[in-house]
Amino acid sequence: MANNNSVLICRGTGCESAKSGDIQTELETGLDDSGIEVKFTGCHGMCQQGPIVIVEPEGTFYANVKPKDVEPIVDSLKNGGEPVEKLFYKDPSTKEKLPTYHDIPFYSKQKRLVLQNCGKIDPENIDNYLEVGGYEALKTAIFDLTPEAIVQSVLDSGLRGRGGGGFPTGRKWQFTQDAPGDTKYVLCNADEGDPGAFMDRSVLEGDPHAVLEGMAIAGFAIGAKQGYIYCRAEYPLAIKRLQIAIDQAREKGFLGKGIMGGEFDFDIEIFHGAGAFVCGEETALITSIEGNRGMPRSRPPYPAIKGLYGKPTLLNNVKTYANVRLIINNGADWFASIGTEKSKGTAVFALTGKIANSGLVEVPMGITLREIIYDIGGGMLDPNKKFKAVQTGGPSGGCLPESFLDTPVDYDSLIEAGSMMGSGGMVVMDEDTCMVDVARYFLDFTEKESCGKCVPCRLGTKQMLDILEDIVEGRGKPSDIELLEDLAVGIKAGSLCGLGQTAPNPVLTTLRYFRDEYEAHIHHHACPAKQCKELITYHILESCVGCGLCRRSCSTNAIIGEQKELHYIDQSLCHKCGVCFEVCPPKVFSIEIRTGEVELVEG
Amino acid sequence: MEEALQNIFSNFEGKREEIIPILQKVQENYTYLPEDSMREIARFTRVPESDIFGVATFYAQFRFEPTGRNHICVCRGTACHVRGAPAILEEVTDNVGLEGEGTTEDLEYTVETVACIGCCALAPAVTYNEEVHGNLTKNKVRKLLKAEAGKNGK
Repeated sequence: MANNNSVLICRGTGCESAKSGDIQTELETGLDDSGIEVKFTGCHGMCQQGPIVIVEPEGTFYANVKPKDVEPIVDSLKNGGEPVEKLFYKDPSTKEKLPTYHDIPFYSKQKRLVLQNCGKIDPENIDNYLEVGGYEALKTAIFDLTPEAIVQSVLDSGLRGRGGGGFPTGRKWQFTQDAPGDTKYVLCNADEGDPGAFMDRSVLEGDPHAVLEGMAIAGFAIGAKQGYIYCRAEYPLAIKRLQIAIDQAREKGFLGKGIMGGEFDFDIEIFHGAGAFVCGEETALITSIEGNRGMPRSRPPYPAIKGLYGKPTLLNNVKTYANVRLIINNGADWFASIGTEKSKGTAVFALTGKIANSGLVEVPMGITLREIIYDIGGGMLDPNKKFKAVQTGGPSGGCLPESFLDTPVDYDSLIEAGSMMGSGGMVVMDEDTCMVDVARYFLDFTEKESCGKCVPCRLGTKQMLDILEDIVEGRGKPSDIELLEDLAVGIKAGSLCGLGQTAPNPVLTTLRYFRDEYEAHIHHHACPAKQCKELITYHILESCVGCGLCRRSCSTNAIIGEQKELHYIDQSLCHKCGVCFEVCPPKVFSIEIRTGEVELVEG
Repeated sequence: MEEALQNIFSNFEGKREEIIPILQKVQENYTYLPEDSMREIARFTRVPESDIFGVATFYAQFRFEPTGRNHICVCRGTACHVRGAPAILEEVTDNVGLEGEGTTEDLEYTVETVACIGCCALAPAVTYNEEVHGNLTKNKVRKLLKAEAGKNGK
């Protein structure tokens, strides 16, 4: 029987971590003589269900594939039998088994444009990219369009910077094009430093040529011959795949001298960023490539006039470049027809935290947070827990409560709500997340990452962090809230770059929407989410059956009791590590966490 | 000058903008940046040693102490944080005998935190000698450390 199936195995970092490499090897061995193609791809997006195996053309979707599951898959493929039902994805709300990814709401509600090739093509094989129309846009740009027409197209499309700020991309291109000078540079910001965000990396790992193509088009438009990709050294897989892509593109004449036989020269090199969050700021990134401490400088002059080595420089985010070829191929009007009035196109989010379907999603601008979280994300990770907040924009963004779930996702609406689009991290939090602790977490991050140039940022974030630590450890004072608000204003006003200007945002939004949690910590020494260690105590309830699991797991021997008899916790020995809570069998469920002054007196 | 350093330098011209790539290559070779090598880099690039230190201390990637034989990175990304990373870090450091991040005196373990490994779906996660372990609980951490120590024949 002729077999036109091909098997796609996801090897993005999420699935790779879940050992998808082993699955690929086993599939290849199993299907060795069958003529069925096995190829690996970048991120499919549904990382929670990894490793993921997809069988095309049907689109059969196998979730959580373990090495032992390979054999049934191979059997079904070789014998043309029924697909393996037990590996189908089960919808958490309807409990229905869904055989193909077309059926899964996670995919059907998305609009995958930037990610259209991620999970479909082999990122280490340029021919795969060419088969899906790769480098057509570059060809059109070089041979059929003038640099002015390209910039006009980008302007008309309404594309805005996908790094988070949302500056109109076309205007940036125009400034750099207009800047006088023979030597200009194209830079790609792939220094994705937000904790909990992996959108850019997934694009680089899954579809690296799309970024190279966008950069080359930009180079032609502004008159640059050299491009650099500033990629974090913590992303070894992205760097490896980018390098392979660059080498293959050079070999095929899409990069280098005389691209596609024309007169346009353009080449790209990778710069390995050494791990500094502030280098996501454009002037800091440039200073870093020049071999210095990556500290921002004041603007103007903007990089478009005076950037890398003092030359006009165009700097955009990974996803911004990945959008360019779509605009050239389909036209600015097509692009502008997607999204809202002021935010065009799609937004890519890394959906994580207490959500059922962690993963990478791409949605048209203007969709609501509720649709992303409940329809695509499948709701809470633990369906019995209540939604509390959604955080976007990383350390520069904010936490929005349930009442904001119907906010449309676009640059301006999110800023109005007190958060921001950011580069695409979206972290969902449930009732077990302490909002004061979340604010402390982000301040701890920005305090460490502050480059130290501006005093309000360097010392102000430290002061804010100290106060927040006092609050979560039960030493908060009633005046602390006002002091935090004062400091926030000073830091925002007195900082040169985006890091300082936005660092207080997580505190300000949590104060705005979750002030009662701050007050509970300060006035009642209570952590409503029962997370802050200094404010909670563990207790064993009378339902304890005396199985002894907790006693044997306790590293400080704080749990006392005879087998089959009620146990109790010696509070003076308890380190509050929570292992007892973890190991207590769900049927018994006898460990209780208490918080607040009343319980503390009792305990 | 050591041969290893000479080999590294032979791939560069000694320009200022090469400082970070040179530091990365040197660290790749030694696992850290030995003091002597800093001096040699300064000489090679004709940039004051203080500047080289300035650059190296600015970035999280560079370290000035050798790492332990086993390298454990605890992810502290936002997703891992809300799913319990602080408790995981505490469990790791308690078990290897450290107060916080750092290297044990016998050079057996180095424990570090990283901003984000990027497998948020597996949160909370750690990497043990580059291999990712996800969906951890404190109990699983103990088992992991025990199993890995067993592999080393201890």
